[in-house]
Amino acid sequence: MSIVTETEVSLVDDLKAVPDGSGRRRYGRLARIAAAPVVVGFVLLATYLWIASMQLDSIEKRTLNADYLFARISEHLVLTVAASALVAILAIPAGIAVYRSRSKVVHTVAFGLANIGQATPAVGVVILLAIVWQTGFATALVALVAYSFLPVLRNTLIGLEQVDAGVKEAARGMGMTYSQVLRRIELPLASPVILAGLRTALVFCVSVATIATFINAGGLGDMIVNGLKLQRFPVLFVGAILVAAIAVLIDWIAGLVEEFVKPRGL
Amino acid sequence: MPDSTTDTPAVSTNTGFLSAISQKQRGVSIELDGVSKVYPGQPEAAVDDFSMRIEPGELVMFVGPSGCGKTTTMKMINRIIEPSNGSIRIDGTDILSMDPNQLRRHIGYVIQQIGLFPHLTIAENIGVVPKLLGWSKSRIADRVDELLQTVQLDPEQFAKRYPKQLSGGQQQRAGVARALAADPPVMLMDEPFGATDPITREKLQAEFLRLQADIGKTIIFVTHDFDEAIKLGDRIAVLSDRSQIEQFDTPARILANPANEYVSSFIGQGAALKRLALIPLIDAPLRPAVDGAPQITLQDSLRDALNMLVLTGAAAVNVVDVDHRVCGSITNASISAVLNDAQPVAFAAEGTR
Ligand SMILES: Nc1ncnc2c1ncn2[C@@H]1O[C@H](COP(=O)(O)OP(=O)(O)OP(=O)(O)O)[C@@H](O)[C@H]1O
Ligand SMILES: [Mg+2]
Repeated sequence: MSIVTETEVSLVDDLKAVPDGSGRRRYGRLARIAAAPVVVGFVLLATYLWIASMQLDSIEKRTLNADYLFARISEHLVLTVAASALVAILAIPAGIAVYRSRSKVVHTVAFGLANIGQATPAVGVVILLAIVWQTGFATALVALVAYSFLPVLRNTLIGLEQVDAGVKEAARGMGMTYSQVLRRIELPLASPVILAGLRTALVFCVSVATIATFINAGGLGDMIVNGLKLQRFPVLFVGAILVAAIAVLIDWIAGLVEEFVKPRGL
Repeated sequence: MPDSTTDTPAVSTNTGFLSAISQKQRGVSIELDGVSKVYPGQPEAAVDDFSMRIEPGELVMFVGPSGCGKTTTMKMINRIIEPSNGSIRIDGTDILSMDPNQLRRHIGYVIQQIGLFPHLTIAENIGVVPKLLGWSKSRIADRVDELLQTVQLDPEQFAKRYPKQLSGGQQQRAGVARALAADPPVMLMDEPFGATDPITREKLQAEFLRLQADIGKTIIFVTHDFDEAIKLGDRIAVLSDRSQIEQFDTPARILANPANEYVSSFIGQGAALKRLALIPLIDAPLRPAVDGAPQITLQDSLRDALNMLVLTGAAAVNVVDVDHRVCGSITNASISAVLNDAQPVAFAAEGTR
């Protein structure tokens, strides 16, 4: 666990440090983004060679084979992607609704919740939900959605609020209706911040999905926990490396999408 | 509104009115009647009982110190700010009875902060209102080209650029072009040349005057630069706190007869020189020509003539017309006479801007 979490945190921070680069820094940023898959490929290859050079016992053989690995990876990915998609579908409209409500109370409550949400440990959320509800995929999905909902909501709100007041006024002064202002001006201008929120949520989900193993929802967490319980270091190690690799690759893809979708002229 | 008055029976529906004013690209009247605005939670009104009638095609300047309520007064005309009291009529129709979005599509609006949309190209920015009005693509494209040329931005070069790829002055021109896009009969301009250096500003002002001579819209133009007001305005409203009108008159008359201390202090030093700058030599009484005197053209102002007198040390300068024919001469004494004349001929000069 601890290995994974650590890689995770430093990864997320590292990538967060780059998000606002505009114009000139764009190429540097692209180069930096392109570096990720190369490094991941190298690490995965090294791990493969290392494992291949080892004498594996029967327990290790049961997990360190293609079928088992693909099953865990796909569980992990399905959980992550499903959770992120749900969050996008739910949290972005919620953020827009809070923004449009133009009520100070609603804003304050939403921001308060968002901050509390981020301070709550993910393990707690997952396990509590399992206790009060049930174990399994659905619970893990709900927990992940609940956990990354608020950051996305928050980014949506911030993104919409930081759109220049003069730009909003010009739009209204030209006779756009509220929904035209939203669709044509505010959302495109907020999209980099909203996408950055989604990207964080995705990477977040990859790491938090590791916990799904505690409530029987599978994923790469299985390998890590088994590796620890049965004291099989190679199993633990491969599980951790794979989670990290997925996080980096997902972040890499999200970064490309961001570059691609970002409105020009910003 | 209690007084969405009985004197506008001609127009029964909003759409009727809007199609009526959208035919009138050359300016309509604007009347404000006892208009007030109290911002929520503020003890004092930002605009207090403001009344004014602006004639079709007139360029009215609002001048006043920061915070006196110029922007607030202006924004009530396109209902970005809703008045707390009073009525506003455009071309005789109460605007409070109209759909605000429809209304705004027929009022050109240049805001203090320019407010170009950063994610749209200059061409797309200019095309926003025509698009809202449902113009065809080709009509919009033609109009964008025409407007870019009007504000002296080469379409080839600038149409596809994004706002941040333009200088401040170029952005302001693009902002003006955008406001002109649907050829609205009314324009509201809030310090449109605020963020530029003095040289660019002069250039923009000159272009703007030339443009207004062509298009003849009804324009309200906010500035806190009195010299800009003198240079551009048909009439100037000097405003003090709570948007109180201290004086509302032509530049020449305000300079010659400031209504009170406040207005005088606003004019500042050199009122006489500012007046001279408004009077072209065409309107000045000339004396017989003097042999060998320096020459100045008929299009120059009395101020230019004075400048030449001082610079050359000559007793008189000869005034010549476009064909270099000498029309007469002007001296220090004749300049003073114009200024001291109680009812100077030259003050009919409003029409000559
Ligand atoms: N949204 C608002 N809420 C409360 N008070 C406001 C608001 N907008 C303006 N005011 C106040 O109303 C007064 C008039 O403001 P306004 O913006 O009309 O001034 P202005 O003459 O345009 O000034 P400037 O030259 O600085 O642009 C000011 O005292 C200002 O503080
Ligand atoms: Mg203002």
